[in-house]
Amino acid sequence: MQMHKMLAAATMALSLGTSGLAHADPLKIGMITTLSGGGAGLGVDTRDGFMLAIKNSGNKDITVVTEDDAQKPELAVQIADKMIQSDQVDVLTGIVWSNLLMAVVPGAVAQGKLYVSTNAAPAALAGANCNKLYFNAAYQNDNLHEAMGEYATKGYKKMFILAPNYPAGKDSLTGFKRYYKGEVAAEVYTKVGQTDYAAEIAQMRASGADGIFVFLPGGMGIAFMKQFAQSGVKIPVMGPGFSFSQDVLPAIGDAALGAKASGQWAPDFDNAASKKFVSDFQAEYKRLPSIYALQAYDAAQLVVSAAAKTSVKNTDAFRAELLRADITSPRGNFKFNTNQHPIQDIYLTEVVRKDGVLTNKTVEKIFTDHGDAYAKDCKL
Amino acid sequence: MTFALALEQLLNGLQLGVMLFLMAAGLTLIFGVMGLINLAHGSLYMVGAFACAAVAAWTGSFWLGLAASLACAAAAGAVVELVVIRRLYDRDHLDQVLATFALILIFSEGTRWLFGSFPLYLDIPPLLQGAVQLPGGGEYPIYRLAIIAIGALVAVGLYVLIGRTRLGMRIRAGESDREMIGALGVDIRTLYTVVFALGSALAGLSGALVGATQSVQVGMGEPILILCFVVIVIGGIGSIKGALLGALLVGICDTMGRFLLPQLIALLLPPAQAGMVGGAVSSMLIYVVMALVLAVKPRGLFPPAHV
Repeated sequence: MQMHKMLAAATMALSLGTSGLAHADPLKIGMITTLSGGGAGLGVDTRDGFMLAIKNSGNKDITVVTEDDAQKPELAVQIADKMIQSDQVDVLTGIVWSNLLMAVVPGAVAQGKLYVSTNAAPAALAGANCNKLYFNAAYQNDNLHEAMGEYATKGYKKMFILAPNYPAGKDSLTGFKRYYKGEVAAEVYTKVGQTDYAAEIAQMRASGADGIFVFLPGGMGIAFMKQFAQSGVKIPVMGPGFSFSQDVLPAIGDAALGAKASGQWAPDFDNAASKKFVSDFQAEYKRLPSIYALQAYDAAQLVVSAAAKTSVKNTDAFRAELLRADITSPRGNFKFNTNQHPIQDIYLTEVVRKDGVLTNKTVEKIFTDHGDAYAKDCKL
Repeated sequence: MTFALALEQLLNGLQLGVMLFLMAAGLTLIFGVMGLINLAHGSLYMVGAFACAAVAAWTGSFWLGLAASLACAAAAGAVVELVVIRRLYDRDHLDQVLATFALILIFSEGTRWLFGSFPLYLDIPPLLQGAVQLPGGGEYPIYRLAIIAIGALVAVGLYVLIGRTRLGMRIRAGESDREMIGALGVDIRTLYTVVFALGSALAGLSGALVGATQSVQVGMGEPILILCFVVIVIGGIGSIKGALLGALLVGICDTMGRFLLPQLIALLLPPAQAGMVGGAVSSMLIYVVMALVLAVKPRGLFPPAHV
């Protein structure tokens, strides 16, 4: 009897002890992303990529609460307040759009919460107004456009460039022009959410340009590419990776074939981490991952890696662990710059049909260890 | 600026106007006959596009898809009228707006539940692929010309239907005095359902036609709905003729504004800024036009006589 009690007590002490060892402080992540409306495909990929990395980590102390911002800034702010005040999350993440991010991040970091961005990376938060609690796991908004500018300089003398009239659209064309050395035939800003591009395509036809650069994420890009293919205009089209990402390719169809784009990753990357990511994602969700899924996957990997080392309650230590970026990213080289945005390689990709599915094939490397133009203004 | 470019832009404006007319005709018909503000009209446009994409993917035929879009949108419209709208005719406009806004949410989430969050693929039929030569050396997509033709046919069809048939006579009578035609023995409830289904079918048709040139996705109807309200306010609420002219005015103003304003502003500002300012001003242009029209003719260009 006595023996039994002692044994039970010992087992209990032991189990408490071991769980105490493995048990870090619980970490609660608030994911605000777009799960309804026209931009929902991007948010769904963000959520799924993020949750895949959390699931793969096997870390039971991490919980994620997810809410839909419907691509509305005011809603995103309300959700962030609720997550901070009543859900008591430690880390926020998931916002797809730069205008929503600008509405949420300043308030969140002022309240001492970490924000790890899975996509949006406006210039305003990369330079003088960088913040030690704000990390970006994707890129700086300008990066992929800069890469296309660099690529276009080599083969194109006169470019027609087009983007929607919102912060990321302006960052896009600014980034493109930073590296493009040829002549700009016209620089056109369209309304966000515009669905008919006939007027712009007519201008492209008349412009005498030998190349077209478009940044039109989500449904806008689908509409543009389909209409462009029907217009009979034969000028080559290129854009940043999002214009031809996996979330929109099935809807564009063959009209996208041959389009050149830039990306920090493509599903055909030949490394173990990328192959595992693609096959895990396909097994879990029955589709190819997009660039948004990859970015969210890495953001989650970063949080998981820091949580394995230290408690999120110790913000400085947690930050330092995030900054070390101790992860194996499917994109290969990945480290953080002084402004907590990535330094990474950027590649040229081309839309091809492979096994009956439209996807991006890697063509060549454009930039090695590429940072951004704003880091020098960031005093962290 | 060459003649070819000007002609192409004019056709673009015409085509946008025709698309808007198909949507606005249903909206203004429903308002004219039943006095109902139907915010869910954009959802019926989405239903048409999804029905067309789903049937085209299943059968491989765009034309069957187009037929399905008409049938599905008309059926969805009839069901909505029978279940929800019928209870709203005697309520004030605020209740109607609230209920039809709820319908938008129900349709959107229902569509997402059925088809998922990713856009569907819908291509134009092989018969209408490609572009034709325009006088002056430009090229123009055949499909857009076909849309203009379909829009013209629908306009003529509506004119004949409303002006020359018994159903049209009842619709006109319903617009003038709905108690009186009820008293004269016309089954007003059935008439309302028919008109609502007709308006819905037109929305579904335009959704399917536009879906082939854009992305078929949840929420695609709302941006175009806003434009349609601008159209019917400019044209005079309840007037089909007003909807036609309003739609053409909005289509051409919007297209020409997007094309010409940045170039005009470029005469005053450096090109990079001109693009940004021009983009911003041209997206406001149709609202400015609407304000001007309302300042001169507060009830729109062609207000129905009895209002």
